[in-house]
Amino acid sequence: MNCIIIDDETAARAIVGQLCTKVPELHILQEFDNAIEAIKFLNQQEVDVVFLDIHMPGFTGIDFVQTLKNPPKIVLTTSDTEFAIAAYEYEFIVDYLVKPITFERFEKCIQKVKKSLSQKPVSTAMVEPTSDLYINIDRRLIKIRLDEILVIEAEGDYIKVKTEKEEHRVHTTLKKIKEKLPDNLFLQIHRSYIINFTKIIDIEDNSVLIAKNVVPISRSNRPELMRRLNLL
Amino acid sequence: MNDKPNLNYIDELAEGDVAFREKFIGIIKTEFPLEREEYMDHLKNQRFKETAMVVHKMKHKFNILSMQEAYGFAVRYEEELLEGNSGMDSSFKAILQVVDTYIESI
Repeated sequence: MNCIIIDDETAARAIVGQLCTKVPELHILQEFDNAIEAIKFLNQQEVDVVFLDIHMPGFTGIDFVQTLKNPPKIVLTTSDTEFAIAAYEYEFIVDYLVKPITFERFEKCIQKVKKSLSQKPVSTAMVEPTSDLYINIDRRLIKIRLDEILVIEAEGDYIKVKTEKEEHRVHTTLKKIKEKLPDNLFLQIHRSYIINFTKIIDIEDNSVLIAKNVVPISRSNRPELMRRLNLL
Repeated sequence: MNDKPNLNYIDELAEGDVAFREKFIGIIKTEFPLEREEYMDHLKNQRFKETAMVVHKMKHKFNILSMQEAYGFAVRYEEELLEGNSGMDSSFKAILQVVDTYIESI
C-alpha cells in the first residue's frame, strides 16, 4: 500500500512515519507539511492511503478532503476527538487516530484500510448529512437525534445539550457546536443559548419557553427569532 | 502540575531504533525553543489567535512527552486565547520551563 503523510508538525510526521515502518505492506511515498502540496502530488501519483492531520493552519485537513475529486482512503490524525466526527461524513474516510497514536491502534487502523481497499470502489460523493449529532463524552461518541434537542447552553468550558429525555455535558464551545447544527432547526438567541425553535411553547418579552426551560433572548438576537417565526 | 516529561512513548515506538529516537530528540530540541520564542513574541504583541496556534503546536509535544495534565491545560488555554484571554499565561510559562529543563537534559 502506497501512502502519504500530511501534517504541519515535523514531530507528528516523524511519529506516523515510524508507525508506518513497522507495517511491511506500507510504503511511504512522501511526507507533506501542507495539504496544498499534497493535492498536486495526488493529481500525479496513485496513492492508496493518506494519513491526514485535520488541524493545520490555513488550508485544513477538512478543506483538503472537500477538495478531492477521486479520493484515496483517508485516515484522520487528530488530537481533538470532536474533529473525528468528520470521519462519519465521508465514505472514503476509513478511520481516525487520536494522538498520541499507539502501534496497537495503528495496526487496527491498517486492517480497516485493507478491508476497505478490498471492497468495491466508493462513491466520491459526500454522504447526505444525517439527522444526528455525535457528541464526545468520556471518549465515547454518543448519538443524539437533532430533532430531539431542545436547548444548548454554554457553561464555562462546557456546553449542556438538553433533549426531551436527558441532558449531556460536553467539553466544547457554543460556537463550535453551532457550526454543526442545521439553520432550519436551530437559532442562537443569546450569547449562552442556542434553541431548537420548532420546540418553542411560548414567547414573552425577554424569554422563550421550551419544555420546562425558560431561555433568555438577547436584544440583538430577538429580530432574527421573530423573523423565523410564522407570525399571525 | 505534577507532570514529569519523559520519552516513554517515543521509546515504545522506537523499539530500540536509535536513529528514530535521535531524530525525534533532534526535532524537539530544534522546534521547542523556537515555538517558545514565538509564543512570547505573539503574546507580548497581544496577537491572541497566533498565540493560540503556537499553544496548539506545543500541546502535541506535551502529549508526546507524556504530560497529560499539561496537555489538558494547553487545550483550555488555547480556547481561552481564542476568546482573547491570556490569563493562564503564568501557569503555561511554568510548564514551558519544565519542558525546557527536560529538553536540556536529554
